[in-house]
Amino acid sequence: MKPIWNDTKEYDLKSGKYVKIWQGPQHPGITGNMSIELLLEGDEIKLLKTHVGYLHRGFEKLMERRKFINCFPIVCRICVPEPDTNEYLFAAAVEELSGIEIPERAKWIRTLNLEMARLGATVMGLGGQAGSFGLGTIGQWAVAHRDFLLDSFEELTGGRIYHMYIVPGGVRYEIPEGFEGRLEKTLVKIEKLLSDIDKVMFHNAVFKSRSKGLGYIPKDWIEPFGINGTTARASGVSYDVRKDHPYLIYDQLDFNVITGTEGDVYERVLIRKEECHLSINLIRQILAKMPKSGPVRTFIPDIMHWKIPAGETYVRAESGRGEYGYYMVTDGSEYPQRVHVKGPSYTHAMSLLEKLGEGVTNADIFGLMVSLQTYPPEIER
Amino acid sequence: MSLRDVISPFNAWKRAFEKPDTIVKPLSEREGSPLYRGFHINDVDKCIGCGSCEEICQNAAIDLVDVASVKAKPGDSGLRPLIDYGRCCWCALCVDICPTGSLGMSNDYTWISENSDDYRFIPGVDDKKWNKSKKGYRRSAESWLVDPNRQHMNEIEPDKRKKNFDEYAEGFTDEQAMAEAGRCLDCGICIQACPTHMDVPKYINSIRNKDLDEGLRIMFETNPMLEACGRICTAKCEDVCAVGHNGKPIAIRSLKRYIGDQTFKKKDEIMDLKPAASTGRKVGIIGGGPAGLTAAFYLRRFGHAVTLYEQHDKLGGMLKWGIPDYRLPADVLQREIDFILRQGVEVKYSVKVGKDISFEQLHKENDALFISVGAQIGSDMPIKGMDTEGVYSGVEFLEKVSKGEKPFVGREAVIVGGGNTAMDATRSSIRLGAKAKILYRRTEQEMPANREEIREAKEEGAELKILSTPTKIEKLPSGRLKIECLKMELGEPDKSGRRSPVPKEGSEFYIEADVCIMAIGQKVEPEFSETIGLKVTKWGTFEVHSDTLRSNEKVFAGGDCQTGPDDAIKAVAAGKTAAYFIDRQLRG
Repeated sequence: MKPIWNDTKEYDLKSGKYVKIWQGPQHPGITGNMSIELLLEGDEIKLLKTHVGYLHRGFEKLMERRKFINCFPIVCRICVPEPDTNEYLFAAAVEELSGIEIPERAKWIRTLNLEMARLGATVMGLGGQAGSFGLGTIGQWAVAHRDFLLDSFEELTGGRIYHMYIVPGGVRYEIPEGFEGRLEKTLVKIEKLLSDIDKVMFHNAVFKSRSKGLGYIPKDWIEPFGINGTTARASGVSYDVRKDHPYLIYDQLDFNVITGTEGDVYERVLIRKEECHLSINLIRQILAKMPKSGPVRTFIPDIMHWKIPAGETYVRAESGRGEYGYYMVTDGSEYPQRVHVKGPSYTHAMSLLEKLGEGVTNADIFGLMVSLQTYPPEIER
Repeated sequence: MSLRDVISPFNAWKRAFEKPDTIVKPLSEREGSPLYRGFHINDVDKCIGCGSCEEICQNAAIDLVDVASVKAKPGDSGLRPLIDYGRCCWCALCVDICPTGSLGMSNDYTWISENSDDYRFIPGVDDKKWNKSKKGYRRSAESWLVDPNRQHMNEIEPDKRKKNFDEYAEGFTDEQAMAEAGRCLDCGICIQACPTHMDVPKYINSIRNKDLDEGLRIMFETNPMLEACGRICTAKCEDVCAVGHNGKPIAIRSLKRYIGDQTFKKKDEIMDLKPAASTGRKVGIIGGGPAGLTAAFYLRRFGHAVTLYEQHDKLGGMLKWGIPDYRLPADVLQREIDFILRQGVEVKYSVKVGKDISFEQLHKENDALFISVGAQIGSDMPIKGMDTEGVYSGVEFLEKVSKGEKPFVGREAVIVGGGNTAMDATRSSIRLGAKAKILYRRTEQEMPANREEIREAKEEGAELKILSTPTKIEKLPSGRLKIECLKMELGEPDKSGRRSPVPKEGSEFYIEADVCIMAIGQKVEPEFSETIGLKVTKWGTFEVHSDTLRSNEKVFAGGDCQTGPDDAIKAVAAGKTAAYFIDRQLRG
C-alpha cells in the first residue's frame, strides 16, 4: 500500500516566515486535556503535532489489580460524556469469559441505556460543534437539553454522569415506575431542539461557509487510518457495529445505517444530527417492544472471590464516536490478567488530526477537532 | 448558500419569548432522585461492623474504626465504617454487599465545608443533615450480592432414618460445599463467637481454593476434634454469622465436616506431625472427654508427657456416651481419638480417680494435673416418684443406648426437658420403637436445643407438649407410669433473658407412659469433688481462675466440670486454654 502520509517537508524556523504556537492542554476543541503544537505561516497551519498524556489515569493497569466486580465502577470513567459503552463492554467481556447468560429484559434495558447515553453525548457534541464556530447559543441549548437526559439517567440509575448501572450479570435495578412517560417528554423536547438546530445551524451561512469542505476525509483513508463511527460514515462507508455485528437486541430493532458522501465537517455534523433522530427512534422502539416484566440481573455467586476461567475475548460496540472495543485476557484468577480498551479517539485525535490539520486556518482548527469527536481519556485510558 | 441560510438563524430569537427551562435564581436545593447515590447513611444499631463494605470498596475509601458509643459484643465488632469522600466514587458496592442492610445512601449531594478533614466522617455517628433521609439508594433483596439461601446436606427420609441408629446426614458434596463456601463474606465475626476461636473464614477459603489439606491444618491450630464438632457442634458461629441477618447463615459446621470427611483418610500424611522435643515434664489428665483429649493433644505438641485417666473402657466422654450414633457415629469419633493418641498419649482405661487410684498419688507423680471429668450425673427433679422404676435420667439412658444395651422404652416414652440431651433421648427412644412425647415448661422458642434438632425430632414423629411440667410420677397396676402434670404460663424474663414459667393454678392433667426420661440438666459427681478437695462453686462445679483455668498451684480444671453442662466446643476450648497455661507454668 502506498503511504498516505509522507512527512518530509522541512521548515526553516529562523526565516521569520513561520511562527510556532502551543495550544492546550486546556484546549477548546476537545473534551478533556490535550495539546497541539502548530507551525503557522500567517494564519495557515503548516504543521500540526498532537501531544497527549495529560489525562493518563492508568485504568488498564488499575483493573489488573482489582477484582472483577471492583472494575465496573472504574471503567465508566474512561469516557466522561458517554460512560455506558465502557460499562457495557466490560460487563459483556466478563460475561462472555465466565459464561454468564443475562436475562432478556436486562438486554433491552442495557440497550435503552446505551441509546440514551449516545443521544446525550451527541446532542452535547452538536452544541460543542456549534460553539467551536462561534454559535454559542446552540451550545447552551444543547447542554441544557442534555441535562434533561441526565435527569432521566439520575432517575433510572442513581447517578447523573457516571451511572454504574450496567453491572456484570445484567443491570442494577428495575426501571422506576412512570419512567417511560417522563423519558418521552424529554425526547419530545430534544426533537424540538433538533428542529431548531436544523434551522439555526445547518441553514446558517456562517456555519456552512466555514464547515463545508473543511477537514475532508477521502473514502480511501478510512481503512488505513482506522477511522470509524460517524466520521467514517460521513465519507460514505457504511459500517455500524450495531448493524454489522449486532449485540444485545439491536438485531430486533428496525433501523438503517446513516451514511453521507461529502466527508467534510458539515457532513459529519449533519450525520450526527440524524443519529440523534435515530437514537430517539430506537429508544421509542425499545420502550414499545421491551418485555414488560422479568428479572433484570443474573446472580453471580461468591462475587468477592469471583474467578473467571482462563481465556481471552474481544467485544465491541458502537459508541457515539465509533467502534469501541474491550480486549480482555483472564488467567483463571480473581483478577483480569490484561484489559485493553480500544476507543475510537486514539486514531481520530492523533494521526488523523495531524494530517487533516495541514492547510487549515488557525481559527478553524477548533471546529475540525470537535468534528472528529475525540475524548483524551479514551486515548490514554 | 441561499437567502434562506441568511434568514434562518434568526429563528433562534423565538426562544427569547419562551418560558426558560432554567431557574434564574436557584435559591432552594434541588432534591436528588429517589434512587440517588448521595452521602452515606448508616443505621449504627443495625450495623455489626463486619467490614464487608471496607473489603469491597475498590477505592479503599472505607475504614472500620472504633466508635466510643458502640460497645463490642458477640456478633458485633464494635467498629463502624468511616468514609473518606475524597476517595469515594459513589458506586454503592458497599451498600449492595452490606449483610445487615444498615448501610445506605441518601439523595443528598450538596454540602460544603471549608475544612477538608470534614469529608471523612462516620455515617450515622457524626451528625449530618441527611442522617434521617428516607430517600436515596438502598439495596433491595434482589440487588444483594450475597445468596441468602444455604445449601442443605442430603438426608435420609425421616421414616427410614428413625428405624435405626445409622448416621442420616450424608455430608456436603463437592458442589454443595463449593456453593456454600461461596456465600461467605470473610468478615470473621464468627471467630470471636467460637469458644475456641476457629479461623472460620480461612478454612472456608481453603474449600474455595480446593486446598482441603490446608483447611485441615488451619482447623487443627485451634481444634483437634473437628470431625466430631463438624457433626454435633452447637455452632455459635452460625448464630452470629453476618449473612444470617438477612438470609440463612453460612453452614459453617457442615463445611467443617466436609473438610474432615474429605481428609480423614490421609490425616497423618497431611498433618505430618513430628514429635515435639520432650520437656521432661509430666501432666496427668483426669477424664478423656473432649476437654481432656484436646488438652492431651496440645500438651503433646508442647512436648510434655501426658497420661490420661479414664473411668470407662473407651475415650470420648459425653461425645461417646451422651450423643447417639445417628448424630456422631462411633467409628468417626474413634478415628479422631486414635489420631490424638498417636501423638503419644498414654491412657489408663477403667481407672476411677479416688477409687482405683488416689488423687494424692496423681498429684505427687505429675508436674501438673488437668481435671476434665465433665458433668456426668443427671439432675433430679424435686418431685415425688423420681425413684419409680421406668424413670431414667437423660444421660443414664443415652449411655445405655451408646453401649448398645437397648434400654426398655415400651410403646410410649415421655421426655422432660428442652435441651439437646432431651432431643437425643427423644430421637433415641423413637429409634428403639416408642412414641415419644416431649414435656417442656416454656415454649418451643425458648428451647435451648439446636433448632434443627427440634425440627428433625418433630419430623421423626416426636410430639411436643409445651408449657407443661411433671409434678408427680406414680406406677400404675398395669406397670405403666402415670405422670401428673401442670400447665405453665410465661412470666417475666429471668436472668438468662428467657421468660420464666409460672404454674397455672388448677390446670393439672395426666399422661400415661411406659418410661419417663428426665433430661433437665446434669451436674458434677459430688463424691469426686469431695475426694479431691478442690474449691467448688454453689452449683458444685470447680472454681478456677476464669482466664487460666487454674484452681491451685498444680491443678487446672475445665470443661463441663467447671462450666456446668455445656457443649463440646466449649470443652475443646477449655482443653486448649488449659494446655496453653499448663505449658506456660511448666516452662516457668
